[in-house]
Amino acid sequence: MSGGGPLLRVEGLRKVYGDKVVLRDVDLHVDRHEVVCLIGASGSGKSTLLRCIDLLEPVDDGSVWLDGEEITDPRVDARAVRGRMGMVFQSFNLFPHMSVLDNVTLAPRKVHGQSRADAESRAHELLATFGLADKAGEHPDRLSGGQQQRVAVVRALATRPELVLLDEVTSALDPELVGEVLDLVRALAEGGTTLVLATHEMSFAREVASQVCFLHDGAILEHGPPEQVLVEPRHERTRQFLRRVLPHIP
Amino acid sequence: MTAPASGSPATPAAVSQDGEAWVPSPRQRERDAVRRRMSRRAGLISATATVVALVLLVLGVTSSPGWPVVRETFFSWEHARDSFPTIIRGFGINVMLFLVAEPLILLLGASVAVVRSTTAPALFPLRALAVGYTDLFRGIPTILVVFLFCFGLPALRLQGVTTSFFWLGLFALTMSYGAYVAEVFRSGIESVHPSQRASADALGLSHAQAMRHVVLPQAVRRVVPPLLNDFVSLQKDTALVGAVGLFEALFAARDYTNYNFNFTPYLVAAALFVALTVPLARFTDWLGRRYARRERAGTR
Repeated sequence: MSGGGPLLRVEGLRKVYGDKVVLRDVDLHVDRHEVVCLIGASGSGKSTLLRCIDLLEPVDDGSVWLDGEEITDPRVDARAVRGRMGMVFQSFNLFPHMSVLDNVTLAPRKVHGQSRADAESRAHELLATFGLADKAGEHPDRLSGGQQQRVAVVRALATRPELVLLDEVTSALDPELVGEVLDLVRALAEGGTTLVLATHEMSFAREVASQVCFLHDGAILEHGPPEQVLVEPRHERTRQFLRRVLPHIP
Repeated sequence: MTAPASGSPATPAAVSQDGEAWVPSPRQRERDAVRRRMSRRAGLISATATVVALVLLVLGVTSSPGWPVVRETFFSWEHARDSFPTIIRGFGINVMLFLVAEPLILLLGASVAVVRSTTAPALFPLRALAVGYTDLFRGIPTILVVFLFCFGLPALRLQGVTTSFFWLGLFALTMSYGAYVAEVFRSGIESVHPSQRASADALGLSHAQAMRHVVLPQAVRRVVPPLLNDFVSLQKDTALVGAVGLFEALFAARDYTNYNFNFTPYLVAAALFVALTVPLARFTDWLGRRYARRERAGTR
């Protein structure tokens, strides 16, 4: 299965809620070790695209391929596919009744059959790497938003996913907490983790992205390296959007 | 209940946790004094109002024209004393019914709720059974279930089916309450935010694993107060089994009344039930308040 092709390929993806078309004819290629940033206004379809990739939403047309295998085939075991990806949500979604350590080790133990000792040693290692060593025993409600989101990222990483999807992971945070989470994501990107992230942090996107996709009204209007999409956008819609979020762009 | 910030005014120089010495300002001391005065006044008013209300109630009842007869037939000390031993023996059966039925009901209710939340096609018959069961047993009055089980089941003359009214009545209560408790559990399961399940899905957990590790633990915590409320109700509904002649507290009271033409034993039984249910009711209130406080603390 694993080969030279892109790790993730999205072809002609369509998603409809009622009579509202949320994604139309979306194509996306993500190579290994790439960092792809999805930008666009709220409601442009960034989150839905990520949820479709993680099979949290059934698609209405088109296909998603992970490492050469079509995962949108209904016969595919969605659970096994999700086990190969990590997803982090805007609102953290930690399990409030579990300690940080249990949040992080749940999937390794229950889905990937690791022993508690193995899962915990990996969890402690990850938590230490991201400055959360002393939080292992805490429950999520004792942590700040930034700490919770960092735990959520660690939880997603604990199963050694091939691909990590980040859905506006800093949007629910107080401004002074955004930095610590972005630092973590930057470390992942530099470490070679394949990332697809929806984000409103344009300067961050410019810094870490290998590819930026601008979504408008459910379609990818423009994609390319950040220097091009974010600095010299070809499309008028992209320019309008960037002017709104980055006032200093002419 | 509006206790003023105690301590600080009495000890003018307080030392806070981080070791900072703090002397309340004259304005703060004045405020504390006013608060203490106000809370004393509130205590005085509520005490007076309670005493007045009680006196009025007692006067109202005792001054009614039928009071002397009522006092003789409902509040006779001799009859209370004479009937007490049999009633308390019967009450032991109520307590036993409750203690045995409660865990069975929890088990049944939780299982039915979990079955109803499954999605596997092979489990469809079980789901249909669960839906049919809750609809049926929530619809039939509990006393009718007791009659049907206690008189109907033995009449079938099935091999190995008990004819003991205790066990048949216990079975009836379990089936009847199990349906309610299943719905309580189900509402708890549905109250867990969909994002929690999405999170479990995203980690690759199966439906059963998500239920077991993520949804149920949160659901159970939320439904403890309403469940306890159902158990308060169950404690007194154990008396329904008396309707078929099981010698529990209410039946014992009725038995005594029939021979002595005095209703005091009913009040004795009532007092016993109240004594049993009030602690659980208070505990439920306390737990509910604690959960409410914690939920509020969790929100930002």
